[in-house]
Amino acid sequence: MEIFEAISTKINYWVYIVIMMIGLYAMIAKNNMIKKLIGMSIFQTAIILFYVSIGVKEGATIPILYHDQVHGAHDDHHEADTSHGENGVVESHATDIHINPDEFTNPLVHVLMLTAIVVGVSTLGVGLAITQKLHREYGSIEEHEILELIKSGK
Amino acid sequence: MIWIFDSIILIFLVVTAIISLQVKDLLSAAMIFGVYSFLMCLLWAGMAAVDVAFTEAAVGAGVSAVFLIATVLRTSRRSSD
Amino acid sequence: MSAVSDFPDWGDPHSPANSYRLSQGYITETFPETSVPNMVTAVLADYRGYDTMFETVVIFTAGIAIIAILRRYGPKDKVVPEQKLYKKEPDLIVETTCRLMIPIIQLFALYVVAHGHHSPGGGFQGGVIFGASFILLALARDLQAAQKWVPENRILNLAGIGIFIYSGFGFLCLLLGSNFLDYSILHKVMGVTPIEARSHSMLGVEIGVAFTVAAIMFSIYSNLASKGEMKEGL
Repeated sequence: MEIFEAISTKINYWVYIVIMMIGLYAMIAKNNMIKKLIGMSIFQTAIILFYVSIGVKEGATIPILYHDQVHGAHDDHHEADTSHGENGVVESHATDIHINPDEFTNPLVHVLMLTAIVVGVSTLGVGLAITQKLHREYGSIEEHEILELIKSGK
Repeated sequence: MIWIFDSIILIFLVVTAIISLQVKDLLSAAMIFGVYSFLMCLLWAGMAAVDVAFTEAAVGAGVSAVFLIATVLRTSRRSSD
Repeated sequence: MSAVSDFPDWGDPHSPANSYRLSQGYITETFPETSVPNMVTAVLADYRGYDTMFETVVIFTAGIAIIAILRRYGPKDKVVPEQKLYKKEPDLIVETTCRLMIPIIQLFALYVVAHGHHSPGGGFQGGVIFGASFILLALARDLQAAQKWVPENRILNLAGIGIFIYSGFGFLCLLLGSNFLDYSILHKVMGVTPIEARSHSMLGVEIGVAFTVAAIMFSIYSNLASKGEMKEGL
């Protein structure tokens, strides 16, 4: 019963670990190169999913400010424009907007993962290019066939 | 309500991940991997990570599936496992 | 797996990652300091400028690496029998639909890049969508039709120009006597307040990222689809 409770309260983390293990299994056990690369992408998205889920807050909205908050602050900016001094530096204008950090999800993890996704697709591209090169050299994309070809001295 | 939505997507994620690794036809595997990416994008949109979801919709479901299909058509389509 | 029980509860606003001062500081300070409502764009292009710049360099390197792997130089040492692809005339419906869709996709990509401050979007997404429009052209017609618009040397020049724009903003800050990628000094050139200068420089940096990502995405596709020959696509 205790174990059941431990699983059910954190079921999402368990699912992420299951997805990650599926990807790891495919990277190790599959013979086909493209299957291995799909497994690598699944592993990658599972880790990204874990990071994004860390930044989630209950009842919080997307990390973009509301229009009325922005609008009120823009009026602030016009006042700041009129009040800038001769040295070209704005006097620190008091901002009236009050932003509660609990209202927005954590933007830091989103930034890190956003770049990770785009870099992930370029690594997938490099992997696919290596697969094509292997196919050009050995005429096969199965790992065991390529290994046999190498052992028998081509 | 959103909890049910998330649970359904998580179940489908695991199912599509397993299918895309088990299917013998590599072209189907690439397409099902696109479905997996799109489900992942829906999940992130539910987690209020809109920028990440947008990137995944453009990159994962669009471009990386196209890369996989291009490679499958240029090499061989059948897989032994 | 036994570590799962130590993970924070789902959606806890006071979990260690969420209650750390840095994350809260990004949320509260971003708008007063940079006048950008979308915190993700601001953190991406301003606070973590180094990170994003070198991610762009990584993407550029991946594109170059794919060309280096697949391109055949010199005499062909070993000829693998070419797999004959099923060739047929371009379909009328597909071609007309793509002709209608591609300008709209490109316009949307430019909107995503330019409006990344106020809505989800930015250089990476817009660049990928812009590159995908050329991929669609190459899929619907053939690679030659897309090559006519963006030949390979122009693609690589564009990718280099993207990184040049990004690092150029950094060096411009250095020249004006501030830190690398500290955009607030650019108000001397732009004629706006330092806060708005940060916002405008972010737009410039995002445009640089979009150039590189769009060019490299199309370069990767065209190399993968033509076995590095750039002669005929799928």
